[in-house]
Amino acid sequence: MRKEAVLTGRHFMMGNIACAEGALAAGCRFAAGYPITPATEVAERLAERLPVLGGTFLQMEDEIASIAAVIGASWGGLKAMTATSGPGISLMLENIGFALGTETPCVIVNVMRGGPTTGIPAVELQGDVIQPRRGSHGDYQIIALAPSSVQEAFDYTLEAFNLAERFRTPVFVLSDAFLGHMREELIIPEADRVPIVDRKVFPPDADAEELAAFLDEDVAPMPVFGRGHKAHVTSSCHDAYGRRNVVDAQALDVFIRKLHGKIERHRDEIVRVASDAEEAEIVLVSYGTVFRCARAAVEAGRAEGLRLGWFKLGTLWPFPDREIAALAARARHLMVLENNLGQLFHYVQAAAASRCRVSFLPPRVLGELHEIEDILKAVREVRA
Amino acid sequence: MSAAALEHPLAKFIRPSARTTANCPGCGNGILAQSILRAIEELGLRLDDFVFVSGIGCAAWIPSPSFYADVLHTTHGRPIAFGIGIKVALPHKRVMVISGDGDLTAIGGNHLIHAARRNIAMTVFCVNNGIYGMTGGQVAPTTPLGLTTVTTPFGNAENPFDICELVKGAGASFVARWTTYHPRQLVRTAKKAIQKKGFAFVEVLSQCPVEFGRKTGIGNAVQMLEWYKTKSVGVARAKDMSAAELADRIVVGELVDIEKPELMETLEGIRRKAMASS
Repeated sequence: MRKEAVLTGRHFMMGNIACAEGALAAGCRFAAGYPITPATEVAERLAERLPVLGGTFLQMEDEIASIAAVIGASWGGLKAMTATSGPGISLMLENIGFALGTETPCVIVNVMRGGPTTGIPAVELQGDVIQPRRGSHGDYQIIALAPSSVQEAFDYTLEAFNLAERFRTPVFVLSDAFLGHMREELIIPEADRVPIVDRKVFPPDADAEELAAFLDEDVAPMPVFGRGHKAHVTSSCHDAYGRRNVVDAQALDVFIRKLHGKIERHRDEIVRVASDAEEAEIVLVSYGTVFRCARAAVEAGRAEGLRLGWFKLGTLWPFPDREIAALAARARHLMVLENNLGQLFHYVQAAAASRCRVSFLPPRVLGELHEIEDILKAVREVRA
Repeated sequence: MSAAALEHPLAKFIRPSARTTANCPGCGNGILAQSILRAIEELGLRLDDFVFVSGIGCAAWIPSPSFYADVLHTTHGRPIAFGIGIKVALPHKRVMVISGDGDLTAIGGNHLIHAARRNIAMTVFCVNNGIYGMTGGQVAPTTPLGLTTVTTPFGNAENPFDICELVKGAGASFVARWTTYHPRQLVRTAKKAIQKKGFAFVEVLSQCPVEFGRKTGIGNAVQMLEWYKTKSVGVARAKDMSAAELADRIVVGELVDIEKPELMETLEGIRRKAMASS
């Protein structure tokens, strides 16, 4: 095993391993997790690589402890992550809300599997798409990225760390069982070509009693522990100095709005979409591994003269509503492809409003990928 | 006399913006807070040498926000798990968890036993008031059998935990129990617990006159302290007593003080080995 953090070069790599390598390249030096299919390879890779880099992987007693340890390590100044799948995310959601409320940078990888409940561990489903957005209690904004290739598993995990550090917030990577276990080409750049963002921290002698550490929509500096800042950090409603206030609705209003505004105000900096839909009448909207089917269907459809295009959501949250609205103003029909019974579909429909028609197409069998012929058949029906 | 001369000797440890308390009159929290701060003072340590972590409940409000140090006030039951991440990131700082019996042994019981098993260098003070105080006097895993609480209106049907036996069984290298009637002994034990290289657990039986004293009929704070005084028996004397004699007694003192491999050291060894072999 090579001992450098950035494994520069051309690889044939599994998605879950690429995800771990993206984290290490970003500077992740602490990970905690609990075994779960189909995410376990992320933890195994980190367990093998982190000690060599002076870092630590801990297998915790459960997923609740895993995300708690990750948040603790982040307050101790380390870039930290966990990787799990749907059942693990369900357990983590309270503490993910804690990370949001305390503005703690960290990364949560969800290698999505077939649910609900225990479901089928090794079958992919894009079943947890709304969960990061609304799963923790209360009103909040979250960032979630959805890679569609092994290259993106690396790139988006790296990007997730950078966004987490930039905005002092937890960031999701929504991978899935197909991508996690798929092997394809990955190119890792030279270490000095890897873009790295580090959190803004308190000046050396600053005291948390005197310098605001929270609730700044432009992101307050973080009073990382162990440096004498005497920070008081609570996820209960607090003011800009971290002082708990659990009696005043006015304080709660500020607490919620500022955390919300921090992401909302910077959504253009966060949201990433891609498209090939210039002259298209019908545009296939998708994300994650399903995007691969959509792109293949567009190529096949164009060959038979269909005016087809694709639109890929790299960022699921904050939802690219303006980009969808602009697309809906140009196209005649948006067809949303997801490997579920329609989760993001409703958000696409709402963003498109009445600008064009919006329909939904799941795969024939949930948990399998869309057949190209099924997609084209649906396109022909829409056209007729 | 000047105002400065009237300053409490431990006032320097209290956050300037947090000089009021939310504790009820007669609460035992203040006795434990003072005992911990006295121990730190007597050891010649600074609060900057520590990171304090607490969960949810009255006891969690001992360090949060009052202690003028880095303090993480976490979700219910999870302070130890958060503390593990902090300790790994800051191995040269002392991580101290202060939380209640409900937080640490009910919702957080899993983290407590696994941290003890890992023997990670961490000091945990468990304030055991035998009830859920903050939410209004519900039954806890530490509530005596038969006791009437608001969620056991016909009497508690369940046996209480012996928390120290639990933590001892899970593998902690230091375990002790005192009550708020024993502040001087508590300071001595706290000093040992802070210096212990390993998982150090101190259970402190503490009066909740408002929810526990009133509901059990034991009475107000003074009467509860009297009750602790009457019921407590030192660990040395308890060794010669029968189970029947000990049935309604509180065994106090240092129950475990052993040396065993500590997690941070073991991890450091693994890191060195991994670096050398690659």
